Amino acid sequence: MSDVAIDRSKMKVSDEVAIQISGMNKWYGQFHVLRDINMTVNRGERIVICGPSGSGKSTLIRCINRLEEHQQGQIVVDGTELTNDLKNIDKVRSEVGMVFQHFNLFPHLTILENCTLAPIWVRKIPKREAEETAMHFLRKVKIPEQANKYPGQLSGGQQQRVAIARSLCMKPRIMLFDEPTSALDPEMIKEVLDTMIELAEEGMTMLCVTHEMGFAQAVANRVIFMDQGQIVEQNEPREFFNNPKSDRTKLFLSQILGH
Amino acid sequence: MEKHFARTEMLPPMAPPVTERGVVKWLRENLFSGWFNTILTLAGIYVIWSLVTAALPWWLNSVWTAESLSQCREIVTATAGEGATGACWAMIRERWHQFLFGFYPQDAYWRPVLAFGLLFAAMAPVLFAGQKRNLSVLLGAVALVLLVTLMPASAPVAVVVLVMALLAGFIALAQVRPAMLLWFTAIYPALCFWLLWGGSIWVPVVAMLGFVVMGGAYLALVGRMGPTTSAVTGVALALVWWLFVDLPLTQVIDGIAPFALAKVNSDQFGGFLLAITIGVTAITFSLPIGILLALGRQSDMLIVKTLCVGFIEFIRGVPLITLLFTASLLLQYFLPPNTNFDIILRVIILVTLFAAAYLAEVIRGGLAALPRGQYEAADALGLDYWRAQRLIILPQALKISIPAIVSTFIGLFKDTTLVAFVGLMDPLKGVTQIVRADIDWKGIYWEPYIFVGAIFFVICFGMSRYSMYLERKLKTDHR
Repeated sequence: MSDVAIDRSKMKVSDEVAIQISGMNKWYGQFHVLRDINMTVNRGERIVICGPSGSGKSTLIRCINRLEEHQQGQIVVDGTELTNDLKNIDKVRSEVGMVFQHFNLFPHLTILENCTLAPIWVRKIPKREAEETAMHFLRKVKIPEQANKYPGQLSGGQQQRVAIARSLCMKPRIMLFDEPTSALDPEMIKEVLDTMIELAEEGMTMLCVTHEMGFAQAVANRVIFMDQGQIVEQNEPREFFNNPKSDRTKLFLSQILGH
Repeated sequence: MEKHFARTEMLPPMAPPVTERGVVKWLRENLFSGWFNTILTLAGIYVIWSLVTAALPWWLNSVWTAESLSQCREIVTATAGEGATGACWAMIRERWHQFLFGFYPQDAYWRPVLAFGLLFAAMAPVLFAGQKRNLSVLLGAVALVLLVTLMPASAPVAVVVLVMALLAGFIALAQVRPAMLLWFTAIYPALCFWLLWGGSIWVPVVAMLGFVVMGGAYLALVGRMGPTTSAVTGVALALVWWLFVDLPLTQVIDGIAPFALAKVNSDQFGGFLLAITIGVTAITFSLPIGILLALGRQSDMLIVKTLCVGFIEFIRGVPLITLLFTASLLLQYFLPPNTNFDIILRVIILVTLFAAAYLAEVIRGGLAALPRGQYEAADALGLDYWRAQRLIILPQALKISIPAIVSTFIGLFKDTTLVAFVGLMDPLKGVTQIVRADIDWKGIYWEPYIFVGAIFFVICFGMSRYSMYLERKLKTDHR
C-alpha cells in the first residue's frame, strides 16, 4: 500500500466521541464471545480491528449497529444508547453504514435501486433526489455506467464498491467494514481498498475488520488486536507493527506477516 | 506413392451421406441408437398404435346432434355399422350451460359472463404490472369476448354499451397510467359479488366501505402509533363497522336510493361458475393470509409463532373434506340461531384457510432459502421489519416459491370439485350426476368427464404457463 500517496490533511481526529463502549459482554448461549470490551472512538478515527478467526472482531462491530445484541454493558453511538428500543436501533442503523464480507446487495433490484431504496423509504427523500445522490456516489466509486444493471452482472470488486456506495447514500456518520475484501480475488482487493482510502481521506469515521495490514499501516490511526473475545492490544499502527507488546500479538503478527 | 502432390482440381462441397443427415440421422440417433432403444421404440409404437386404433373410431364417429343417448347410438350404428362405438357430444351440446352455470337462471346468464370477463380486466394490472402491451392485448381480448358473448347471454343493450365504454376507457388508461387500473381491481370483488348474487347494490358497497374505514384508520394513525398498532386498530374499527354499522346503514341507503339486480340463491350456483367463484376467491385471499402465516411462523414473538404453527399444522393435518363438512354442518351449530351464513361463503372461507396453510409452508421454504445477509443488509440500512419484508425479503422469497405457489393454486382449483360432498353442484360430480340422472342421457360415461377434464386442463395449464412466464420475467440473477 506504500505506493499509494495518501492525503492525510483531512484525516483529523476530533475530540467529539462517536462511539463509546464500556464494560460490554456478550454470550452466545453459554459461550462468552465478547469479554469486558471498553473502547472509545472519536469522530474522524480510522480503526482497524484484527485478530485470529473466532476472536470476536466481527461480532464486536456487528454489536455497534445491533445486528448482534449485547447482554451486559453499554454501547452509545452518536449519543444514542443501544437498548431494546426499536426506535433507537433504527436511528443508529440509519446513521451507521455497514459493508459486509459478502456484499449482500439485493439481487432483485438494479444497482441504482439498491442505492436509492433506503434513502427513499427510511430518509423519505424524493425519488429524483435520491437517484441524483446515488449517481453521485456511484461516480465516486467509479461505476456510474453500471447503474441499471443487476448485482449478478457485476464482478465481486464492483459489487463491493456498490455496497459501499449504497451505505454512503444514507449519508452515514460512521462506517463499519466487516472483512470487506476477504471474499474478493486478489486483483479486485485493490479497487475496494482504494475506495476505502478515499473515504478515509474525506474524514469518515471508520471501523474496519480486515487482514489487510498494508491498509492498516497506511490509513489507520489505531489498530486493535483481539483474541478470545478480548481486546489484547491497541496502539497506533507504527508502534503496533514494529514494537508489539503482548506475546499473543507478536505470534499473530509473525504468522500473518511472516511469509 | 509419389512424394510430390499438388491438387489440380478443387473439390466441390458435398452433402453428408444419407445416414448422417435430416430425418434419417435423427431417427438413427434418437430412436434406433442401439438394440435396447430399438426394442423400446418398437414397443412404444405398438402401444401408441393399439391406443389409437381403440380410441380413434370412437372420436371419428362422434355425434353432435341428437336428443338422447339411444338416438346417438342409432346414428352411430347407421353410419358406422353394427358394433361400432362413437362419442355422443350431443349431450354437451344440449347441456353445456349446466356444466358452466349449474341452475343459474337462464335469463341472467349475462351476469356471470360479465363477471368472468371483468375478472380478467381486474387481474390484468396485477398479472402484467406496467406492461402496456400485454395489458392492452388482454383488455382488448376481454372486450372482444364480452362483445360476442354478452348479447347471446341476454344482456340488456345498455349494459353491453356501458361495459364496452368501460373497457375502452381501461385500454386508454393502460397507455398513460396503467397503475390506476388497480383501483378497478380493488372494487372488483364487490362488483363481482353483486353481479353473481344480485340483490341491492348497497350491500357490497357498504361492506367495501369497511375496508375504507380500515385503511383510513391505518393511514391516520401510522404516523403516531407505528404500523402494528395502527393495523390492529384499523382491523378492529372495520370489524365494528361490519358488525354494527353495516346492516342498518345499508337499509337506510337502500330505502333512499334502491338499486338492485334480481337475487340469485347460492343453491342455484353450479358447474364451473361455482368452481371458478370458489377457486378465484380462495386463491386471492389465501396468498396474503399464507404470507402472514409464514412470517408469523418465523416470528420471535412466542404467542404469534405458536398460533401460526398450531393453525398450519392443524389445517394440514386434516383432510379438506373434513373441513368442508365442518363448513356445511358444524359451523351452523356454533353460530347464533337464525343467522343465514351462506354455504358458498362458508366453503370459500375454509378452502381459503386450507390453501393458506399450505402456502404458508411453501413461502416459508422461500424465506428459508434467502441468505441471512439479505436480512442483515436490510437491517443495517435502517429499514424496519415491515419495510424490510415488503421491499427486500418477500419479493425474493415469493420469486423463489413461484412454482410451488402455483402448484398449490392449481391443486386448490381442482380441489373445488370436492364441494360436491357438501351438496354443492361442482362440475365433475354434481352436474355430471344430474345429467346422467336424466332419462335421455342415462348411461353416458366418458363424454361429460372428458368435457369437464378438458376445461380444467385449459385453466390449470394456463396458470402453469403464466407462472413460467413470470419466472422468466423476474429472473435477475443472470446465472
